[in-house]
Amino acid sequence: MTDVLAPPVVAPPEDLVAGHDHEEPHGPTGILKWMTSTDHKVIGMSYTVTSVIMMVIGGAFAEVIRAQLWTPDNKLVSLAQFNELFTMHGSVMIYLFAGPFAFAALANIIVPIQIGAPDMAFPRLNALSYWLYLTGSITLLSGFFVSGGAANFGWVAYAPLSNSINTPGAGADLWIGGLLLTGFSAIFTGVNITATVFYLRAPGMTMFRMPIFTWNLLVTAILILLAFPVLTAGLIMLYCDRHFGTHIFSVAGGGVPVLWQHIFWFWGHPEVYILALPFFGMVTEIIAVFSRKPVFGYKGMVFATLTIGALSLGVWAHHMFTTGVVLLPFFSIMSLLIAVPTGIKMFNWIGTMWRGQIWFSTAMLMAVGFLVTFLIGGLTGIYLASPPLDFFTHDTYFVVAHFHSIVMALVMGAMGGLYYWGPKITGYMLNETIGKIQFWFLFIGTQIFTLPMYLLGLRGMPRRVGIYPLHTSWQYLNQVSSVGALLVGISTIAFIVNVAYSWKKYPAGDNPWDAHTLEWFTTSPPPHHNFYRLPQIRSERPTWDYNHPGHSAAEHGHHHEQHEEVSVP
Amino acid sequence: MSTEAPETPRQRTGGMRTEAKVLLGLGLFFGAMMVVYWYWGHENAGSVMMFAGMCLCFLPGGYFLFWSRRMKVRPEDQKSATQAEGAGVIGTFPGSSIWPFTLGMGAFFVVLALVFGVWFLIPGLGLVAWAAFGGTAEGRRGGSH
Repeated sequence: MTDVLAPPVVAPPEDLVAGHDHEEPHGPTGILKWMTSTDHKVIGMSYTVTSVIMMVIGGAFAEVIRAQLWTPDNKLVSLAQFNELFTMHGSVMIYLFAGPFAFAALANIIVPIQIGAPDMAFPRLNALSYWLYLTGSITLLSGFFVSGGAANFGWVAYAPLSNSINTPGAGADLWIGGLLLTGFSAIFTGVNITATVFYLRAPGMTMFRMPIFTWNLLVTAILILLAFPVLTAGLIMLYCDRHFGTHIFSVAGGGVPVLWQHIFWFWGHPEVYILALPFFGMVTEIIAVFSRKPVFGYKGMVFATLTIGALSLGVWAHHMFTTGVVLLPFFSIMSLLIAVPTGIKMFNWIGTMWRGQIWFSTAMLMAVGFLVTFLIGGLTGIYLASPPLDFFTHDTYFVVAHFHSIVMALVMGAMGGLYYWGPKITGYMLNETIGKIQFWFLFIGTQIFTLPMYLLGLRGMPRRVGIYPLHTSWQYLNQVSSVGALLVGISTIAFIVNVAYSWKKYPAGDNPWDAHTLEWFTTSPPPHHNFYRLPQIRSERPTWDYNHPGHSAAEHGHHHEQHEEVSVP
Repeated sequence: MSTEAPETPRQRTGGMRTEAKVLLGLGLFFGAMMVVYWYWGHENAGSVMMFAGMCLCFLPGGYFLFWSRRMKVRPEDQKSATQAEGAGVIGTFPGSSIWPFTLGMGAFFVVLALVFGVWFLIPGLGLVAWAAFGGTAEGRRGGSH
């Protein structure tokens, strides 16, 4: 262990490289380095790579599902295999890709650097989080290799379908076990992020000077701590019902099946914001930097994030309107209220771009694509918050389309984050031309694949079916949707090609985007313990203040008109 | 270096106040929501979970509030703090450690015991115990660099 000294103010790096606190560790190298590292950047990179691999696996399942739905009575996969595929597609994407990517991949690398910290507050706990995530992913996916196949009760595992009579076999238990491991991994990450933000900020980095990305991760971490233990408890109850003869979720023994839905969605709806808030943060940073302006309405953004976090605990039963046992007006009102802070964010993003000098890099395109796609998903979410409309569309493709608009928007945010922070993390840029090709495939593909699903839902096609009645408009719309899914798949391939093509080709420099926040003050990639030096922090964009001394540092964008021409490539 | 910004007056107390406010504010909201939900819907599961959520916010939030009145203001709570004020040891951080991996593998085997049989608990709990001892000892003697 090393006592880490605070970095001094703007001293030349040479003076400090020799100092013992900034030495690279003489620790192990190679695979042993990967296994033993407690550096948040190495762990964050492991998370990033693992979760992108999970996205590719989950995406492959999606392509098979869309291929199966090409014709009404396709024999590509059996119906049993189809059940496994849509269950594992949802599970992999939500539990193993979107969640960990959102709060533990880029966040793990960027949050400590944005607030001037040398590492996460609990580096060994951080490493444990990753190992639990990796082993949990392996556990979940190994269901395909046991007799009876993987879990096939949908990613929500509703009782009584998930009990030992209706779903026997090891696949379901592996699903429960995998989620236990990834659940604890998430809880530990939540603890770590909260402690880091509360206790490891640099001098002058007050809470209301933290970058919006860090604020969003703080609220995400608090939501993780509120929500994930509920899921973990629910999974243990489910396991007891399956194996120890308890009857918590079965009517036969005096239990209540709908209790599972309450528990699951009490985790599940905050989880939606756990997935979304980090990407909101990424998009906020990207839009501000590439519009050459401070974030418009900084405090409004923070309060909107906190409001979303507060409301997210009171909306879970809008997934359960059709059970007939939930308080419809309460959950409808709460769900509709969430549109207000989300709308504030939407207008603040537009306000940030307004009259800015917009640079349409790949990251910015992804962020704008996020805004459009998220708006479609968000507005259809408002329909679904209304019980009469939900009764009509529940368990149809309309719901599937709604949340795929949302999550595909998040994928665009994720890709924007990779293009924006990739140079900082690796020291090398990605190719912009391939990036733009990737964006257009992703953006157009997403709309082509989700919009027909809305129509399918309104025409009554239920979700989770592998075959459907011969019905001309259903088949036609499914085929359009499958083409869109193929385009999205091509965009993922374009990303992989880009990583291979740009491998160590374009050195990035410390601050290629002329960005605002502290991570752009250090080197690319940052040294062990992150900083050789720190600037004075006088606003929420210290690096910009340092690089543009002509501007008075004013907090929260209360700058007068900026006329300085910024030379950017 | 931008030093033209007007220096704000130095605070003497009130460190960690924002942190406390965030948590207490969320807790108060969950509490209010729970009361409305309970009187309107009489549904147990959700009310209990919202109550627990409220407690989870009040516990650390109250702790921070308690200390914010008593602690010295930290440089990170001070708007006009200079980097020099933060000089000194930030904390003790491990350079590398094998024990998180060992503990993770132990937890993996414990979970496999849920599926494939109790005998998996032997390597599982063994690794967990080994990691617990190893990690604690590493923390005591200062650990690897």
